[in-house]
Amino acid sequence: MSLTSLVLSVLMIGAVYFFMGQRLITRYRSLGKAKAHSLPHYHGLWAALTSILPGLILLVIWSIGDDFLFKQMVKDFYPTEILSMGTMDQAVVRAKIMNVVEGIAFGTPEPWIQAAGEAWISWKSTSDLALTVLAIAVSVGSGFCGYRQINPEFRSRNNVERILLWALALSSMVAILTTLGIVLSVLFESIRFFKLVPPQDFLLGLEWNPQFEGAERAGSGGGTATYGMLPMFVGTFLISAIALFVAVPVGLFASIYLAEYATTRVRAVVKPLLEILAGVPTVVYGFFAALTVAPFVKSVGESMGLEVASESALAAGLVMGVMIIPFISSLSDDVINAVPQALRDAAYGLGSTKSETVRQVVLPAALPGIVAAVILAVSRAIGETMIVVMAAGLAANLSFNPLDAVTTVTSQIVTILVGDQEFESAKTLSAFALALILILITLSLNFLALQVVKKYREQYD
Amino acid sequence: MTDTPKGALSPKEAAKYVAGSIAARNRSESWFQFWGRSAIALALAFLILLFVGILSQGIPGMFQHYVILEVELHKDRLDPQGNMSEDSLYAGDAGGLVNEAIMRALDDPQGRKQKRAARSIMSSGSALRLNHFLKDNLDLIGQTVTVKFAVDDDIDSFLRGFITRETPDADRRINNAVIAFVDKLSADGRISYEFSDYLFTGSASRNAEIAGIKGALVGSIWTLLVCILIAFPLGVGTAIYLEEIAPKNRFTEIIEININNLAAVPSVVFGIMGLAIFIVFFGLPRSIPLVGGIVLALMTLPTIIISSRAAIRAVPPSIRDAALGVGASRMQTIFHHVIPLAMPGILTGTIIGMAQALGETAPLLMIGMVAFIVDVPSGMLEPATALPVQIFMWADFAERMFIQKTSAAIIVLLAFLITMNAGAIILRKKLERRW
Repeated sequence: MSLTSLVLSVLMIGAVYFFMGQRLITRYRSLGKAKAHSLPHYHGLWAALTSILPGLILLVIWSIGDDFLFKQMVKDFYPTEILSMGTMDQAVVRAKIMNVVEGIAFGTPEPWIQAAGEAWISWKSTSDLALTVLAIAVSVGSGFCGYRQINPEFRSRNNVERILLWALALSSMVAILTTLGIVLSVLFESIRFFKLVPPQDFLLGLEWNPQFEGAERAGSGGGTATYGMLPMFVGTFLISAIALFVAVPVGLFASIYLAEYATTRVRAVVKPLLEILAGVPTVVYGFFAALTVAPFVKSVGESMGLEVASESALAAGLVMGVMIIPFISSLSDDVINAVPQALRDAAYGLGSTKSETVRQVVLPAALPGIVAAVILAVSRAIGETMIVVMAAGLAANLSFNPLDAVTTVTSQIVTILVGDQEFESAKTLSAFALALILILITLSLNFLALQVVKKYREQYD
Repeated sequence: MTDTPKGALSPKEAAKYVAGSIAARNRSESWFQFWGRSAIALALAFLILLFVGILSQGIPGMFQHYVILEVELHKDRLDPQGNMSEDSLYAGDAGGLVNEAIMRALDDPQGRKQKRAARSIMSSGSALRLNHFLKDNLDLIGQTVTVKFAVDDDIDSFLRGFITRETPDADRRINNAVIAFVDKLSADGRISYEFSDYLFTGSASRNAEIAGIKGALVGSIWTLLVCILIAFPLGVGTAIYLEEIAPKNRFTEIIEININNLAAVPSVVFGIMGLAIFIVFFGLPRSIPLVGGIVLALMTLPTIIISSRAAIRAVPPSIRDAALGVGASRMQTIFHHVIPLAMPGILTGTIIGMAQALGETAPLLMIGMVAFIVDVPSGMLEPATALPVQIFMWADFAERMFIQKTSAAIIVLLAFLITMNAGAIILRKKLERRW
């Protein structure tokens, strides 16, 4: 049976046990024997959960485990010389075997690969059959044990609630597991990368040319692959700086106007409109940047006699700035609104105009929050991917000129990892090292924003 | 009042000083307001520019030019095996019939060049279209029927004026012979401009005129389904645990820090994690909605958790006390009283999270949902692509008509997002209760 239908059958068995458990306890009740400890549906749930949970756990473990097992078992078929080869060639061999398994034939495979593939197919069918039988047997059996426990004194509710409690606690662990998954996956591959390329070359190198790797390996002398991340670092910095140059003044002034000057009617219209900017998918911004803004920037620049690359940093940065405007405006709007009215009234009482109040009283009071918002915006700009992939190009120029084409950390990650990867090559692994740097930067910016708010926030009440 | 401190102004002097500066102060006040207004105007101008740009390209992209031809539904040639099976139709000669139809409509041009020019008007999807037409209208077999076929995208570009007659013949994508034929077809009233039926029913294709978003849309739906099935229970479960059950200790603090950090991790990193863990380590296939959904679920989890926690926190303690007071257990209090009352807020957060997931591209690129997939995925284990990824792929194609198709796809995506967000707002307005 397929996995989906197996899951469905386990759920069906559970449903049957639910109704059986419920009926059993109502029968006790109608016989008037004793008042049951728990409501009927708790008894039903207990029977259902005891049947479903072991079944599903078995299904999950088995279907993850069998591939691992087969990968070990298939090694018995390998001729000795392949076992001594690197992991990369072994992966190629395994791909050939998998082609046999899936019935895709590229020419005639070597006899031992054919044999391994056929063995794999037979293991798979045995394993599927065994899983079908076992999963149904386990869920029927353990469900029956649960069902047998049901009687009026049985504390079904407490048991069901204990399971629920565990489920809730486990679901809160997923956040930790995700963080762990991100850190470990990126860290391990980065360590492998740093074994191939020394960290100082990566962090301080001025040239980024991973595409020469194939040529280098083939020995054709087309150039050497270099992995210096500084050009990308500069590119990321340049585009983020342009973005902030657009977003901070516009976002800040917009939020000041909305918070201090605008009437409620204007506010009610403008605020949601600004939030639409935040809801537009980044791929749409990327399309807009590549199609409309970049040619516009190029033609304006050329009419002024400047040389502008068709994928200039300026175009990507401008559009990214637009994307960040609502982020800054809504965060600073919150902070400005949190400044107590008493401070403003005091300033008015001394005869200040509205703008003097804002500049000399409200903004200083809101400054920590605004700084935190700007820091978070920087972190957003650095992590933004689609706009730069579509509009910023791939040329790894070490340039501070906004009219040049530059590349960023995220767009390099995407370029390297889209398509087929070989997990042994320094080129693929370099994407993980870049991701590590990216995570470190965004998390430390986040931490910084938190510290700024914590340290400088005024407590008014 | 005579003992004014040294260096201070007398009231009279002060008043004079203030009066002298008032004009400058008022000027700076109005400048300040001006800057505020211009900031808002600038932001709204960007918004308008974005939408006008997309709509002006995208609305024409939802339409296309068709050529109306009389085709003879020749039974034996369309269906040589006589059983209407895929194989039989594939072996049949629908292409030949379409070819004859266009030749007839153009008064049988002579010569190889002329014939080739006539053929180039038709889209390469025409034979398939005739077969589909046949399947839908079995009773018309043997008759001569009027069918509308898509024109090739270059012809479409010409009819829209992107390819001009003034361009020298050699520099144009279509030559003078083709233009003469197109003119004849329009003079005969055989060219129609109408809503593209390929947009929603066609799948990925390199030919702009028959490319559609059906496959991508279905892929997006599968991905979102997986995403919501994982993210909703986990997110709400975490929120309940942290708000209602967990003791405030070091451990829960770590969980909270983790959630906040996850909210700040760039989306592309989630894709990298999906690639390293689900595809490389667990060996799941590439490009499938299951992996895409899991990755997007982990990405939207913080959004759902944070908004669910806020919704749960907003339920007043008196509700819990009342439930506990009449003998409900803690779980009954939570699931019978607190969660139903917090549901509008939880659902609002979930919808916003799902809208985020629907528009997300970068993580899906990492796990290979960027492949060129012609079939419509029929499950969460089939290779698929998603709507934003389709937009990304089309944006890369050089053909003029793909720009319009891409904008049309963007309109569809934005329509979905706006509907979802509007739904969230309505939900919040209608159901949210103030205590």
